[in-house]
Amino acid sequence: MELIDKTIHELHRMLIGGEVTSVALTRAFLQRIAETDNRINAFITVCEEQALKDSEAADRLIAEGKADLLTGIPVALKDIFLTAGVRTTCASKILDTFIAPYDGTAVARLKERGAVIVGKLNMDEFAMGSSNENSAFGPVKNPWDTSTVPGGSSGGSAASVAARQAVATLGTDTGGSIRQPASHCGVVGLKPTYGRVSRYGVIAYASSLDQVGPISRDVEDCAILLQAIAGYDPADSTSVDTPVPDYRAGIKDGVKGLKIGLPKEYFIEGLDPEVKAAMEAAIETYRGLGAEFVDVSLPHTDYAVASYYLIATAEASSNLARYDGVRFGVRVDQGRGLIDMFEQTRAAGFGDEVKRRIMLGTYALSSGYYDAYYLKAQKVRTLIRQDFLEAFQAVDVLLTPVAPTPAFGLGEKVSDPLQMYLSDIFTIPVNLAGTCAMSLPCGFSSAGLPIGLQLIGKPFAEQTLLRVGYAFEQATEWHRKKADL
Amino acid sequence: MKITRAEVEHVAKLARLALQESELDALTGQMDAILDYVEKLKELDTDGIVPTSHAVPMENAFREDAVKDSIGVDKALSNAPESGDGCFRVPRVIE
Repeated sequence: MELIDKTIHELHRMLIGGEVTSVALTRAFLQRIAETDNRINAFITVCEEQALKDSEAADRLIAEGKADLLTGIPVALKDIFLTAGVRTTCASKILDTFIAPYDGTAVARLKERGAVIVGKLNMDEFAMGSSNENSAFGPVKNPWDTSTVPGGSSGGSAASVAARQAVATLGTDTGGSIRQPASHCGVVGLKPTYGRVSRYGVIAYASSLDQVGPISRDVEDCAILLQAIAGYDPADSTSVDTPVPDYRAGIKDGVKGLKIGLPKEYFIEGLDPEVKAAMEAAIETYRGLGAEFVDVSLPHTDYAVASYYLIATAEASSNLARYDGVRFGVRVDQGRGLIDMFEQTRAAGFGDEVKRRIMLGTYALSSGYYDAYYLKAQKVRTLIRQDFLEAFQAVDVLLTPVAPTPAFGLGEKVSDPLQMYLSDIFTIPVNLAGTCAMSLPCGFSSAGLPIGLQLIGKPFAEQTLLRVGYAFEQATEWHRKKADL
Repeated sequence: MKITRAEVEHVAKLARLALQESELDALTGQMDAILDYVEKLKELDTDGIVPTSHAVPMENAFREDAVKDSIGVDKALSNAPESGDGCFRVPRVIE
């Protein structure tokens, strides 16, 4: 097994045992990026020089016996995280030249622990998309089959872990943007409860839904990263001031007697038969481990996509008003006054999907339509949230597919925005409810594409998700499979 | 039709987007299809349902009104397309 195939917890033991240095490790990943990224396009910026400097500093900490679990570990960040002194584009032309003036909180917390940031990852522009085809820097390709999409919007974050270009990465999830690409790329991804991780220094898409989370090779790494980034932050007044538990404590306690709910609305006609078969096999695995299954219903599931595309676009239209060519980013000025400068800058700087969502959101908030669209969607959001809280009266976690199909082909859904939106049908409700969920590899299609299993937990029950996910991983080998790239 | 081309043009003005004719044409069809899809929300009776704007129950987030350092003029201006005299420079606002 090569260095680049290992997990954070394995590499940490090697680093403190003197078997490898952070410099050697960082060089190995930088070399892997150089060798493979022309095939998958996962990186927008590689921070070679800074990463090597940081790895030297990490080696000194390790030598002094001051190593944290993340010290010296090469990680990478979705290009939505402000990273001091580093270009941060959000995969948009409008931020092509933007150099972040400070670190976002999640980034600062990784740096404090001595993690080595090797680069910034490709994504759908402003995190709007389910295929990573909406990037101003070109699409990311799925390492398992480069004719298919890696999922989105954190496509680079998932693809780079699957391609062994970084040990683990951070992504963001507004409607499935961590879980769906993790599923399509055969890696682990966790969307924490809204408010568990600070959004300070994360470029905003839909502020009531956006949440930061880890993507990794296995569940234990996911726990290590979540531990590093979770917790209250005075700079984000929506971060929640409840204690952060030890996410690795109890991770091995198993699932005996645990009640797992199967929401019938997630096992529908349109579900790909291979995805369905993988879910059935996963259910059998959990039964064998002593879990009990309970049929539950989330009756408003079918309304989630409609509610989401009104709320998210409304929030986006407001959040993206700041890109006006005044304080940062690109400016297009034809000498026809201030308003013209705004309109030309935004027209030239934003891609098609971003324009589409700004337009929809502006319409949903506009005079005369607010009650019919935005307010109605927020009321339906209440019903969707209540569905989850009721289901959790009877069960500990829910088990569902992450996506209705494995990764689809590049270009397959670009001309039909609505079909693209519907590919997030199983992930969107979780963001509306504000609770936590995890994506785990649970099988492969006959074409060799990964299939993911979603575990949905009660608000702030990330610890339960990690325990349930860990039990599955110990009983299966899916997370050990490697993309042949 | 849920939305007309004239309405799309009006929304583009509100959103400060100078869209091409071809973009306005495409968006009219796409927005119409999406708005047609979201019509399904009307099937649900939501009378008396309190809207959710925030999924995690929270009281007001108060903090001490203390003076703290801010990012500073140089850093704040470091990404400006145009600046001068410690300010962001924009095209003439009042003709």
